[in-house]
Amino acid sequence: MKMKKLIVALIALALTPSVSFAAPKAEVLHWWTGGGEAKALKVLQDEFAAQNGVWLDMPVSGGGGDAAMQTLKARIVANDAPAAAQIKGPTIQEYDEEGVVAPYNIDAVAKKEGWDNLLSKQVASHMKCDDGKAYCAAPVNIHRIDWIWANKKVLDSNGIKMPSTWAEFNAAADKLQANGIIPLAHGSQPWQDATVFEAVALGVGGNDFYRKAFVDLDAATLGGSTMTKVFDQMRKLKGYTDAGSPGRDWNVATGMVMEGKAAFQIMGDWAKGEFAANNMAPGKDYICAPTPSNNGYLYNVDSFIFYKVEGNDKVEGQKLLASLMMGKNFQKVFNIYKGSIPARLDVSMDEFDMCAKKSNADLKTAGSKGGLLPSFAHGMALRLAQKGAIQDVVTEHFNSNMSSSDAAKKLAAAVKASL
Amino acid sequence: MQDKEKLNLNRLEANSKRKNIIYRWILYFILGIFVFYYLTPLYVMIVTSFKTMPEIRQGNLFSLPESIKFDAWKQAWDGAGFTGGDVVLKPYFWNSIKLVVPAVIISTLLGAINGYALTKWRFKGDSYIFLLFLFGTFIPYQAILLPMARTLGVLGMSNSISGLILVHVIYGICFTTLFCRNYYVSISDEMVRAARIDGAGFFKIFFKIILPISIPILVVTVIWQFTQVWNDFLFGATFSFGEAAPIQVALNNLVLTSTAVKRYNVDMAAAIITGVPTLIVYILAGNYFIKGLTAGSVKG
Amino acid sequence: MFWLKKNLPKLVLVPSLGILSWFVYGFIFWTIYISFTKSKMLPRYEIWGIDQYIRLWNMPRWHVAVENLLIFTVLFIILCIAIGILLSILLDQKIRAEGFLRTIYLYPMALSFIVTGTAWKWVLNPTLGIEKFVNDMGFETFKFDWLVTPEMSIYTIVIAGVWQSSGFIMAIFLAGLRSVDDEIIKAAKIDGAGIFSIYSKIILPMMRPVFMSAIVILVHLSIKSYDLIIALTSGGPGISSDMPAVFMTAMAFHRSEVGLASASAIMMFLTVSAIVVPYLYSELKRENAR
Repeated sequence: MKMKKLIVALIALALTPSVSFAAPKAEVLHWWTGGGEAKALKVLQDEFAAQNGVWLDMPVSGGGGDAAMQTLKARIVANDAPAAAQIKGPTIQEYDEEGVVAPYNIDAVAKKEGWDNLLSKQVASHMKCDDGKAYCAAPVNIHRIDWIWANKKVLDSNGIKMPSTWAEFNAAADKLQANGIIPLAHGSQPWQDATVFEAVALGVGGNDFYRKAFVDLDAATLGGSTMTKVFDQMRKLKGYTDAGSPGRDWNVATGMVMEGKAAFQIMGDWAKGEFAANNMAPGKDYICAPTPSNNGYLYNVDSFIFYKVEGNDKVEGQKLLASLMMGKNFQKVFNIYKGSIPARLDVSMDEFDMCAKKSNADLKTAGSKGGLLPSFAHGMALRLAQKGAIQDVVTEHFNSNMSSSDAAKKLAAAVKASL
Repeated sequence: MQDKEKLNLNRLEANSKRKNIIYRWILYFILGIFVFYYLTPLYVMIVTSFKTMPEIRQGNLFSLPESIKFDAWKQAWDGAGFTGGDVVLKPYFWNSIKLVVPAVIISTLLGAINGYALTKWRFKGDSYIFLLFLFGTFIPYQAILLPMARTLGVLGMSNSISGLILVHVIYGICFTTLFCRNYYVSISDEMVRAARIDGAGFFKIFFKIILPISIPILVVTVIWQFTQVWNDFLFGATFSFGEAAPIQVALNNLVLTSTAVKRYNVDMAAAIITGVPTLIVYILAGNYFIKGLTAGSVKG
Repeated sequence: MFWLKKNLPKLVLVPSLGILSWFVYGFIFWTIYISFTKSKMLPRYEIWGIDQYIRLWNMPRWHVAVENLLIFTVLFIILCIAIGILLSILLDQKIRAEGFLRTIYLYPMALSFIVTGTAWKWVLNPTLGIEKFVNDMGFETFKFDWLVTPEMSIYTIVIAGVWQSSGFIMAIFLAGLRSVDDEIIKAAKIDGAGIFSIYSKIILPMMRPVFMSAIVILVHLSIKSYDLIIALTSGGPGISSDMPAVFMTAMAFHRSEVGLASASAIMMFLTVSAIVVPYLYSELKRENAR
């Protein structure tokens, strides 16, 4: 009798699948390896570990993700994709087309937690695959690109207010130049040139113009007269930068503003981190304001894509990760460290600084007035091939004597060739 | 008559001595200028690594630091005073050692044997075979990342030190064979022929005769391979991950933060730390440059 | 047993050749194949035709990259070899502190260019580095802004590249010089030859194989140049200092244009082979004629 019971027990034990006992595991590819970003990501790591998750860190930094892309593609080609990777914008859908994202393991989590109600429609649509039917990525923040940062002392002592139109900007810049201050601190690397370019396009051309050109890729708009005006303003801005700007890193340019050598810098909201590290406060030592536009707002949503993986522990890991990423606490703490604002709509802004609060308020206003637009320079509006083609023309024009009308024509041609 | 000759001789001697001194001065002068060229960036790096960030932002590139503090160095090595999540170099250092030692030994040995076989045991078509090796040095590494990834994946080595060792050995063989073969080609065949007549075999000759006189070229080969493998970032980043990554990937992660605040002093300290093992190899290997071939060996 | 002994030299080469045939030549054929496909983000295997090559040659950025490759490679090779030979000969003169000097000339190769690139970027920047330094010393009209001038940016890459690699060329020439038998030099001196002609007429001609190694290495380094450019100029100002390795990586991994990148790789490979292979072939033939 005892023997029989033992045998039955042994057989039962042998037949029990052992997989469901494994802890959730996640291999995460990213390039947030320093400063506020690393601190922010660690919050996620800690939360994951607190839920018994095993986090396998895969940091590959360099060029804002350039080196990581090599590693990622190699892993995918080797049929060994990581569980999650720091991918944003249309690239998410591009991977879906290659067939490496289905079966959208996190969609169940998204449906259960009601992500459709927690995110704005625009952000949500970026996170979906399979023609918008299933969630395949989780957003962690919203960055705003079109900011101007200014040294308050410099502005005050030269009697200048923050410009609200591009004409005012030019006038202020002329005055500053006459007084020996560099009007615009800039580092001329291709991505920085593109960043300034899209802010100018938004302001000079208007919201609809921006959408037609950089979201719809309308050829007439790309090569037309308004685009020429945008390039004209870029040429003017070039005159307001100093000789050392080519190749300069963005944070060195911020340093120029911090020290009062330059007055303005046009850069995304991560510039806040530099000011903070130098013990400067918004409103007191520096001013943050959107670049002149008509309620425009260029956004960049950092997110993590979840690839197709094998193994129950990996799938569980993905689900846990996705859920934590959209968690209220994470969205708050992460963004305070990173300098952006939460993607999730119902997070309180009380603990954020004044620039973040403004960003949040502008987000809602722009959304209602049709000015909430995806940044193309930071990979939200266009696929990388088109973004790269535009960037090449913009940076070439900025760093040469190319005429504005030629640049506009080249722009239209380059986009066409890249499709 | 004799006095005049003696005078002329003395004058000639004095002239040539003066010439020698002038030559010597010119020699040291030229060497000195080059020292300047080579050392300037290192000077900037060292000086920056001892400054504080405010000092760096405001100061002159070439100015000396206000005080010598090793804070940046400690932070780079094991994170003293870091903010959570930052990268530090210590663990990755040993990964690189585990990678470099086998890769260098295997590829150097293979290169020497290949070079020896191609030059001392001539056979029909051996020059073409050598060309096949040479061709391998012209491949742009970026182009092979994807097929290599696929192959490693199939072999099950997609994320491992052994996969990396394999990759480095493969692409190292082309160079090590090149160096050794070109060295052996200028060594006379007499010794090998004599030994063959005496009945010695392929490997016996290799270990007893060839290797002992190969010191200079083995030194050069080891220097090249060590540098290539230790300094490699491309393969390390693509074919290994996370904790198992080699040191250059860690250095990269430490230095190239994308939208975070940069700490130039830590970056410079980290770069110098990363370069130290290679420097040590150069210094140690350098001793072998002094020894030429042993006296008595015959040259062609 | 005898067969084994007879063919041992060839057998010894087999493992290496086997590896090469897959990992080098196999991959080259893979790249050629992909260059005829429409591969975008990841490799695809349906043949498309030669369109990638047409697209490639229609891109102004590619033309800049190829031109830069030629300019850079030629200058890089000439300067590295010239400096390498010069330094190795000078060091061969029984100098005091030879070991110290040798290490100084060699160390640049030891340091990762990701960071030394930053140092060079500062040094060459007109508002931060040499130009400012010299200006501050009183020479107000001194200008050295190649780094930020589109037409000259590629030459700054040459300066930094030569800095990084010439030490190694010096090392291989030094090894070569040291392996020359003293007897020959003594004999020449007895015959009354001056030091200059000993070097130019006797020793350097014996260094032909070293020249070959040097040229092969330098061509390889030139093709591989990626870190150097990204760290120093990011390919700029604009696209003026772009090079094929940068172009290829950008296309393959940042623009989802794997097919185009493969086409560029093959073009580069062909260009280099067309120039270097005849040279190698003639060197080898000359050796065989000995």
